[in-house]
Amino acid sequence: MQERAGFVTLGPVPFNWEPDKWRDFYFRIADEAPVATVYIGETICSKRAPLIEPYYEAVAERLSSAGKTVVFSTLSEVVSKLDRKLSEQICTADEFLVEANDSSALLHLHGRPHHIGPLMNVYNERAAAFLVRNGAQNICLPIEMPAGAIAALCQGVRGLDTTIEVQVFGRQSLALSARCYHARAHGRTKDSCRFVCENDPDGLELRTLDGRPFLTINGVQTLSYEYLNLIRELPELRAMGVSRFRLSPHSLDMVEVALIFADVLNGRIGIDEAAPRLETVKPAAPFSNGFYHGMPGYTWNGASVI
Amino acid sequence: MPDPDFLRPELVCPAGTPAALRTAVDAGADAVYCGFQNATNARNFPGLNFTPAELEQAIGYAHAREAKVLLAVNTFPPAGRFDLWRDAIDVAARLGVDAVIVGDIGVADYAARTYPDLRLHLSVQAGASSPEAIRFYCQAFAVKRVVLPRILTVTEIAELHREIPCEIEAFIFGNIGMMAEGRCSLTNYATGLSTNMDGVCSPAADVRYEEDEDSTLTTKLGPFMIDRFACGENAGYPTICKGRYLCSSKPGGYYAFEEPVSLNLSALLPDLMRAGVTALKIEGRQRSRAYVKAVVSAFRKAVDDIMASHEPALANLLALTEGHKETQGAYRSKTWR
Repeated sequence: MQERAGFVTLGPVPFNWEPDKWRDFYFRIADEAPVATVYIGETICSKRAPLIEPYYEAVAERLSSAGKTVVFSTLSEVVSKLDRKLSEQICTADEFLVEANDSSALLHLHGRPHHIGPLMNVYNERAAAFLVRNGAQNICLPIEMPAGAIAALCQGVRGLDTTIEVQVFGRQSLALSARCYHARAHGRTKDSCRFVCENDPDGLELRTLDGRPFLTINGVQTLSYEYLNLIRELPELRAMGVSRFRLSPHSLDMVEVALIFADVLNGRIGIDEAAPRLETVKPAAPFSNGFYHGMPGYTWNGASVI
Repeated sequence: MPDPDFLRPELVCPAGTPAALRTAVDAGADAVYCGFQNATNARNFPGLNFTPAELEQAIGYAHAREAKVLLAVNTFPPAGRFDLWRDAIDVAARLGVDAVIVGDIGVADYAARTYPDLRLHLSVQAGASSPEAIRFYCQAFAVKRVVLPRILTVTEIAELHREIPCEIEAFIFGNIGMMAEGRCSLTNYATGLSTNMDGVCSPAADVRYEEDEDSTLTTKLGPFMIDRFACGENAGYPTICKGRYLCSSKPGGYYAFEEPVSLNLSALLPDLMRAGVTALKIEGRQRSRAYVKAVVSAFRKAVDDIMASHEPALANLLALTEGHKETQGAYRSKTWR
């Protein structure tokens, strides 16, 4: 029954939160949030990883004790020696499941059960089937997949031993680069950044020259300004065969967000009750759902909201 | 220079049309790359690219002059539309292209299983930026060459060369995108067309130029202002990663990602050759025949000069770069990051 209903999952924190805050966030998730799987680890910048590393064990233990499946997410852009070392360390440790966010991880994870992250490009059933043969047992689809392609992919992987996951809440990752744009915004470079990204718990907002909010910078990552919200699309996604619904963490009340999504999945509340409840926890930025509907990603129900 | 370690590198040149292909071959290209007129390649622009019949003729023209033809099938087929990409691979194999440049795991898998003798190159769209990532593709699909992302220094390329079992192709000239290739949804976010699935970046149909009463020119992509130019300023084509924006630490507006510059590695050619780069790639399938002729001729002469231990002359290439501003991008130093 639970499997048919699907599960809420929590993606890795993409931002540079203070280590204490990062730990306390996951402790509260462990104690209060109805999420089945929690992804942890640094996915954006290898320089940040040592900051939260001392808390990995305590956080993973607390989450596991609370009955959550803990999955370590790998770095999404692997270039430097430090990046490579970090990716290899996570992939070769065998205490936890690993989510691959870069093809270098696929080499290390060959033949072992693992997850595929949304920053990998799995757009079709043929790519999915290949990755399942390589050991993938859960695939989170790219953020820009429209409904028709999600449905076709789910249809195409039926019979394969994998579950399909889709992000349904939070700012959407739109691009990665080797250059750190947080450092650039402060006249620094990646090597001399002095962790200036720690000042922006939900990223640094970029506006166009005429003042319209546009994008969000998070180190080497560029995210949407809007927050994705697919609460209304949950029943449709579930009918397609998607069974994992990912929330991407922000500094707002993620426990409440998880409760709302879980309540809808379990049939405790209807969409009409859930949607206004989400409005009460949402940040200043508007919601969007354009990619799912084959529209520009920033749009909400086919229209601009800014 | 001279250096006994130098291998004669292959000069790989762009062709957006059959005429451009012939021009590139005549100007001295060792290999020309092109794509079909649909979403299967990353330069799916109106008026560009080849029909299967044109490709067949082009292969004949190139092979008669000992030049190779590489076909880019380097976008990502969304589920439900895989047939278009499968057909592209089938035609490529039937017509005898010298290699197919692939980015998607599904497409690579199809090509490797169906046509084990078809030579595969890994597109820059696959974003393989480490030895481990490249080795994964070599093991999985017997990839023979990797096109490197434009984010590595020459030193890193030299180290990489020693750690991978395949050839390296590196960009040396042309447009430089700031985002990791194959991992950018910025265009889709603003326009509803996807770089990965539709093969477009900043599509012309969504671009607008607006001039106000004091002759300030505004460029837009979809509803978003990408840049603003005072009267007389050189206005660039609006691409999100080369626009000017505001943020809390830069209230006056700044190029948040990169200035509108082009890549020009002519000064680093000997270093790249020494680093073990097999193929030197020129970007620009969307450019004119005159451009292709000028750039290919200049680099043909430069490579030949270096091989003959002469000093190459490449100063005139600056006039051909975007906005007449050039960069060595990531290749020179890590401070670019």
